[in-house]
Amino acid sequence: MSGHTVSADISGHMLDLDEDEDLEVFSKNTSLTDEGPVPNSPSSMVNQYRLEDDEDQQDTSAKDLFISVEDPESHITAIETYIMYRVVTKTTRSDFDSSEFEVRRRYQDFLWLRSKLEEIHPTLIVHPLPEKFVMKGMVERFNDDFIETRRKALQRFLSRISEHPVLSHSQHFKVFLTAQLQLLDETFLFSMSYFQACSRMGETMRAMANSVRGVKNRPEEFDVLQDYVENFSNKISSVDKVTQRIIKEQREYLDELRQYSSTYSQWAESEENLCEPLKGVASCAERCCNETEEQIQHLSEVLVPALHEYVLCAETLKAVMRRRDNIQAEFEVKSDTLASRKSDLDALQDEVDELADRMEKSNSALQLDCSRWRNTMRADLKAAFVSSAEKNVEYYEKCLAVWESFLVSQRGESISQRD
Amino acid sequence: MIMADSGSSEEAAVIGNTDITSAESENNIINTMVERGTSLLKKMEISVAEAEKRTGKNTVNMQETYTVYLIEIRQAESVTEGGTPAAPDTLWRRYSEFELLRTYLLITYPYIIIPPLPEKRAEFVWHKLSADNLDPDFVERRRVGLENFLLRVASHPVLSNDKIFFHFLTEEKGWREAVLDTGFQDKVDSRLKSLSAMLRVKTPDRRFTALKQYSDELNAVVSQLLRVRARVADRLYGVYKVHGNYGRVFSEWSAIEKEMGDGLQSAGHHMDTYAASIDDILEEEEHYADQLKEYLFYTDAVRSVCKKHELMQYELEMASQDLAYKKQQKEELVNGTVRIFSLKGMTSKLFGSESQEQRESRLSALEQSIEEGMEAVMEKNTECRDFVRAAWEDIERFKEQKDKDLREALISYAIMQISMCKKGIQVWSNAKECFNKM
Repeated sequence: MSGHTVSADISGHMLDLDEDEDLEVFSKNTSLTDEGPVPNSPSSMVNQYRLEDDEDQQDTSAKDLFISVEDPESHITAIETYIMYRVVTKTTRSDFDSSEFEVRRRYQDFLWLRSKLEEIHPTLIVHPLPEKFVMKGMVERFNDDFIETRRKALQRFLSRISEHPVLSHSQHFKVFLTAQLQLLDETFLFSMSYFQACSRMGETMRAMANSVRGVKNRPEEFDVLQDYVENFSNKISSVDKVTQRIIKEQREYLDELRQYSSTYSQWAESEENLCEPLKGVASCAERCCNETEEQIQHLSEVLVPALHEYVLCAETLKAVMRRRDNIQAEFEVKSDTLASRKSDLDALQDEVDELADRMEKSNSALQLDCSRWRNTMRADLKAAFVSSAEKNVEYYEKCLAVWESFLVSQRGESISQRD
Repeated sequence: MIMADSGSSEEAAVIGNTDITSAESENNIINTMVERGTSLLKKMEISVAEAEKRTGKNTVNMQETYTVYLIEIRQAESVTEGGTPAAPDTLWRRYSEFELLRTYLLITYPYIIIPPLPEKRAEFVWHKLSADNLDPDFVERRRVGLENFLLRVASHPVLSNDKIFFHFLTEEKGWREAVLDTGFQDKVDSRLKSLSAMLRVKTPDRRFTALKQYSDELNAVVSQLLRVRARVADRLYGVYKVHGNYGRVFSEWSAIEKEMGDGLQSAGHHMDTYAASIDDILEEEEHYADQLKEYLFYTDAVRSVCKKHELMQYELEMASQDLAYKKQQKEELVNGTVRIFSLKGMTSKLFGSESQEQRESRLSALEQSIEEGMEAVMEKNTECRDFVRAAWEDIERFKEQKDKDLREALISYAIMQISMCKKGIQVWSNAKECFNKM
């Protein structure tokens, strides 16, 4: 299916994209999509996703898709104001018609992509998007910091998808990256959100129906995983809260510290002999203020987004677990029906077999994806924590240098005074 | 404990010696006091060694709890190399006795800037520090402050020779009576008057005016600094303590992870260490705050010297004015002119002049008064001159002392900051290593 010329009326296409086609991707041979060997064991998957600097390990299914999100631009219409981002794709994959693509996408388009991916791969872990609205009452929804943070998060999202062995070969993903037309314009807005609401409702209703019955025999490994997911969710939320609190305390500390500097300066004005050391202390305090400000900035730009993403991941994991449970529940329901309706045996048997198959594939896909996700999580958070610790060391080293130079100046003076 | 001459430890290394604590830096100040070597300090070593709680009946026969402080005096000869030093002479004093001593000194040496006592109640506290007078940390800092007070007095060229001060240090009983016997209480009223009066002096001494202004400015800015310091300490405490939460959460999180577990767990320990380190850091900073407070309270003493001078100047001007008026009166009496309105003059004009006898008796009374007045003015003049001379000598001495002490204090503050930074570098380097193992 060549994605290059897409007909004008793409809405129908979009909505009807064959589920089975994508399902085939992971249920049978994936030779449809790319050249490399299909990863079918966790260890080979890990090999594929080792960090960039292990170049000697690279096989052909290693990173062959590079995406960046750039150049946010404000668009104002009668109905609304929104930001368009430029999505630039560079690839060596043969199933792409060209090696470079450039399209304009808005946040809603990302939402569409993600919901599609989740819909088609219910038990794979799809990286979260940054939140739609900002909490904590920011006055201007589109100020520069917010846009930049969002841009980075959107880029990370696409990057994660592109690294995923299954999701990166999704047709929807390809369309998202390459289709020149706007995926959604105002006229489809309403129908799109209506559709999304319906599909979500459908899922909810199914979930409700099944949860009344509940999953009867959840395999032990998924009980263990469920425990992990719940605990992880708690812990990562706590770490996130602690970090936010630290930033808040640091900011308040900084406010008071600024007054220190001005008070010492004021004192210097009344003194003669003490004027110079007092001004020295005032200047030291001011420089420490600057260092503190930088440190807070770093925390906000590196650690907070990383933690926040994994808070959202935790929610995704919970949803994935629920969907897996639902798949199992569906199988169980039909299987029970089979047991009691011996007459429609054949037809029912087929259904049951299909559901069993689906269930097994979902389970193994989830297991695989989970272990892959955990490695990514470990790498991401490790990097964020290491960076923060490094920054703290740097902060203290800089402040140390500030006060040591003051000391040198004073001791040097006191020596000469003695003479 | 101070040592007789460990003197110049600050010259030891200009750059290298950033490891001395602020307490040691404070010792440098004390050592300098001793170096100045009044004859008193050459004879004896003074320290306030301990504090103890007592209960007893007070003047209205009610039970009260109070703290007493142990003053130790070591005779200089007893501190020799080898052999055991002789036991020190000791006596106990309570805070109110220190207050009495200081009041006595204030009255007896109005031209001297009398060293201040440590605060009666804890002020400029940040939330952790107890404001309770019986809190052991507060008592300890007060003990140090009282020792400092005694050393300041003992190293003062004038005050160190005072007999009552010597008595305070050497004889526990009968000291209170001895002080009261000096009769200094009589002058208390005059001092209070000088402090509270808003006097209009016609020819103020510019130097004293400038000094009073400086003292007021210093008082304001140091108060401000102490307030800000307390708030900064409070905030910094918050930052460090919140990191303790990391310790707890990392530990819990490590239990559910496999490869990440060890790294997280050990990083968590370092976060706990970091959170705990703030207590010592802020405790040390209290020393710095105490050094600032001493000079804050010194400004009151400076102000009181200025006010005393003002009173003296005022009284001199009043006496001079009075004398001038009397001389004027005499002139008029002699010349028969009435330039100054007086009822007597008017009535004599209206109802006939007085007799020669009356006139002459009035004249001689006036001349007597003028002579007394001239004596008074001369006396006041001498008093004033002596006061100004003695006061300025002490003021110059004080300025030098202040510049040196405060400079030392700023240096010790820098040293504290450096120490804090070094601790921070240590902890976060360790934490980073642990994170790297995740």
